[in-house]
Amino acid sequence: MTSSAAGVVTAKDVLSDGVVAVTLAHPDGDRLPDWTPGAHVDVVLPNGLARQFSLCGDRWDAHTYRIGVLREPHGRGGSAYVHDTLRVGDRVGLGGPRNNFPLVPSSRYLFVAGGIGITPLLPMIEQADTLGADWRLLYGGRRRSSMAFLPELARYGDRVVVRPEDEYGLLDLPGWLGEPRPGTRVYCCGPAPLLAAAERLCQAWPPYSLHVERFTPKEFGAPVRPGPFDVELRRSGRTVTVPDGSSVLAAVRLAGVSVLSSCQQGVCGTCETTVLAGRPDHRDSILADHERDAGDRMFICVSRSRTDRIVLDL
Amino acid sequence: MTVDMLPANDTDPFGPDVLENPDAFHAALRAAGPVVYLTRHDVYALARYAEVRAALVNWQDYQSGAGVGLSDFRREPPWRPPSLLLEADPPHHDAPRRVLAEVLSPRALRDLRQRWFDAAERLVDEVVARDELDAVPELAEAFPLSVFPDAVGIGREGRENLLPYGNFAFNAFGPRNDLVTSSAPDMPGWSAWVNDQCGREALSGNGFGAAIWAAADRGELTEQQAPLVVRSLLTAGVDTTVHGIAAVLYAFATNPDQWARLRAEPSLARIAFDEAVRWQSPVQTFFRTTTRETRIADTVVPEGRKILMFLGAANRDPRRWTDPDRFDLARDPSGQVGFGMGIHQCVGQHVARLEAEAVVTALAARVRTIELAGPAVRQHNNTLRAWRSLPLRFT
Repeated sequence: MTSSAAGVVTAKDVLSDGVVAVTLAHPDGDRLPDWTPGAHVDVVLPNGLARQFSLCGDRWDAHTYRIGVLREPHGRGGSAYVHDTLRVGDRVGLGGPRNNFPLVPSSRYLFVAGGIGITPLLPMIEQADTLGADWRLLYGGRRRSSMAFLPELARYGDRVVVRPEDEYGLLDLPGWLGEPRPGTRVYCCGPAPLLAAAERLCQAWPPYSLHVERFTPKEFGAPVRPGPFDVELRRSGRTVTVPDGSSVLAAVRLAGVSVLSSCQQGVCGTCETTVLAGRPDHRDSILADHERDAGDRMFICVSRSRTDRIVLDL
Repeated sequence: MTVDMLPANDTDPFGPDVLENPDAFHAALRAAGPVVYLTRHDVYALARYAEVRAALVNWQDYQSGAGVGLSDFRREPPWRPPSLLLEADPPHHDAPRRVLAEVLSPRALRDLRQRWFDAAERLVDEVVARDELDAVPELAEAFPLSVFPDAVGIGREGRENLLPYGNFAFNAFGPRNDLVTSSAPDMPGWSAWVNDQCGREALSGNGFGAAIWAAADRGELTEQQAPLVVRSLLTAGVDTTVHGIAAVLYAFATNPDQWARLRAEPSLARIAFDEAVRWQSPVQTFFRTTTRETRIADTVVPEGRKILMFLGAANRDPRRWTDPDRFDLARDPSGQVGFGMGIHQCVGQHVARLEAEAVVTALAARVRTIELAGPAVRQHNNTLRAWRSLPLRFT
């Protein structure tokens, strides 16, 4: 992918076993693009890998971004590069920021973080606290020594409940969430089983109570409509066929139309494309239900078509 | 640099002479320095492009929450509950901005495009049949009023309140001069009507207003925020587009070569509108307030001081624009600050562009020449650069 801006690494600090914080600045010391809590950026590493990281710094400092990076031994190499190779002074590409996980206004929040899922929640917590909201954080991890940001969370006192698994066992999510409370917003970020548990428990809550952010894609069944379908690229005046097993993005690129993309898993939102006609089969991990129903945009790296033909603004 | 050493200017930027024609005053401010002290109102003025743009994007050092007019909300009560967008800062600004940006996104406007182009063709067919017309009421006002209130979803009764209410709101950013006091007695009536349009029950099912309430139902706004976000549409969404459309019509009436060019290449309609917004800057000024001691060029501005940004002057700064006083379709107007810049940049800019594009495109298909049929008359407003009357002759 191409990136919209450049950044330079100005600091790299070990926060816990397996987590480093990387501070990025504009190479000329200019302002970086504005962001809101829950936002992420695409970071294009010097080795060409592009990865998404939640911003967990201070938005009142317009000149730096901070990201927290967990070493993922079974990852695709991005986190290992950040841990082992990336140095202060290195240049990276920056895309975004984008926010698929915005903090909605409320007077009561429950935050649930699993491991590195703490990163998007940090600026939300700071904001909730600044606004005088009633909030609590449940923060789980494998071991206390693997859990990042504990020193900076200490200032919030008993609003923050830290539950390392080796001391307390699995998170008691039902006990901690308690009975559904209208008006309380639940924000959860962490591994897929934690998100699945939160989704299950919050089915008893009023709609729109739960907000989750996925770092890994949702699981989907087979496409709604099996077999190939046609994609009309209205602005380019082309039509391409997307066979089984290939993505709309791949077919569009094969036709010579370039689209910016990044994660290619329906997680980051970079390849958002406007749908002019036809109904998308949404297979991303970003859109809310009402946005899916609107059917006016899709993430073409993963989403497909429910109709024989779909028309895109490309 | 202290206030004593700063270049100072004694002119009242809200006086009738400047409002009639601000060009010479703007040039004097730009020439005096990057920061100029305005003695009449005890404020710091920015008139060069670089400084205006830098202040617009820097919400951390220059807040909007203390009001974007001369009045400091920390010391004087605002004339109405402050806007959740224009007169708010992060974090309070985040949710209303996010919701309204989505409601007014180019994607959301797609379905309106054909309808608005059709409406513009009908209106232009009507007016070109006449030998002469006053383009302010008959086009610049008539078109937005024929499409925008319907798009918001308000009822038909009382729409005549929209323009005077908006005009008052933009006057209220200036000092309490005659422009404000003369219409103050009527303001409560306009205001009450506008507030009555903002409730859920007042808004039809598929408009921008209903979309704002739907966002509140999803918890993206509170029930208290939703009517104020609708109010922002009704305050800032009409007068601004009226004067923007008037600006582009005036630009073509006084630059026949540019009209010929537009007719030869109608796809320039959008560029033409942004160039007209640069050239006329329908929104001339906004204030910010320093959140801390701040350095601008060599000047240290103390915390809590009002900064007056001259968008119109920045849009004609020769340091940024070649031949800035010329309305020129060959120019790339990108970066003009007539819509602002940064987190407060006009959230309705796509609406304004679509309205203007519809009118200009309809005219281009029907009108060979546009010329002034009489003297154009300014309407003074403390913030807006506006026309009261724009007599035009179409052939």
